[in-house]
Amino acid sequence: MDDTGTVIAFWVLAAITVGAALGVVVVRNLIHAVVFLILSFVSVAGLYITLSADFVAVAQILIYAGAVSVLILFAIVLTPRGDRGNQETFLRLPALLLALLVAFTLGYVAIDTSWTISDREGFQETASVIGESLLDKYVLPFEIASVLLLVAMMGAIVLVRPEGATEETE
Amino acid sequence: MSVDLEHYLVLGAILFSIGLYLALAKRNLIGVLMGIELMFNAVNLTFVAFSRFVESPNPLDGHVFVVFVITVAAAEAATALAIAVLLYRVRDTIDVDQIDLLKW
Repeated sequence: MDDTGTVIAFWVLAAITVGAALGVVVVRNLIHAVVFLILSFVSVAGLYITLSADFVAVAQILIYAGAVSVLILFAIVLTPRGDRGNQETFLRLPALLLALLVAFTLGYVAIDTSWTISDREGFQETASVIGESLLDKYVLPFEIASVLLLVAMMGAIVLVRPEGATEETE
Repeated sequence: MSVDLEHYLVLGAILFSIGLYLALAKRNLIGVLMGIELMFNAVNLTFVAFSRFVESPNPLDGHVFVVFVITVAAAEAATALAIAVLLYRVRDTIDVDQIDLLKW
């Protein structure tokens, strides 16, 4: 990945991703934090495109920037008397230390290890290969994931159903 | 100047630790969930970067794993936010400092 366009795209997208993630930490209003989170999701999708992962990039925009952030906004709207602030608890300093420790450890291991880099070009198209392997080699996890989604959907409906809703249906 | 695997791995490490800080330190339950989503994103970015750069007979298996992670993360988000709404109904707050039902 030597061409200048990819290099510029990587650094710009990396700066936006980390900046937006820090915005989620710093900003004092929860709604603004969600907006920063959506910006971070979208720029991670851009990073997937620089890695020639087209299907994953589109899925990222559809599911994270679309569905998950709308779910988070719904949860904020459905808790109207809750706190709208974005403050930290008393665990702020230990959490900061632990996060810095994790960042340095993972970063050091990532730089220090000699990975077996291949010199192949970027993928041409990924969606057809992913679809074939989902229905061939990974068909069992695929089915389990569909059952998991069904259970999660039913669980969410049952949990937030208003009190006494069962009697009304009779 | 070029972009290598290490760049993506370090970026993933930074993103993961920001998410970890959010999940550990935020007072609002929804802030904690946002941190968990950021950690999922960091892990997915690392998977896709390994799948692009590292020598492997089936390089696209990393993408398949990312698809599964996104699926499970969506299920997790739906259930966790339902729990947040339910908790708000019971305790009238989503402040994790005040949710101490198991403390005695």
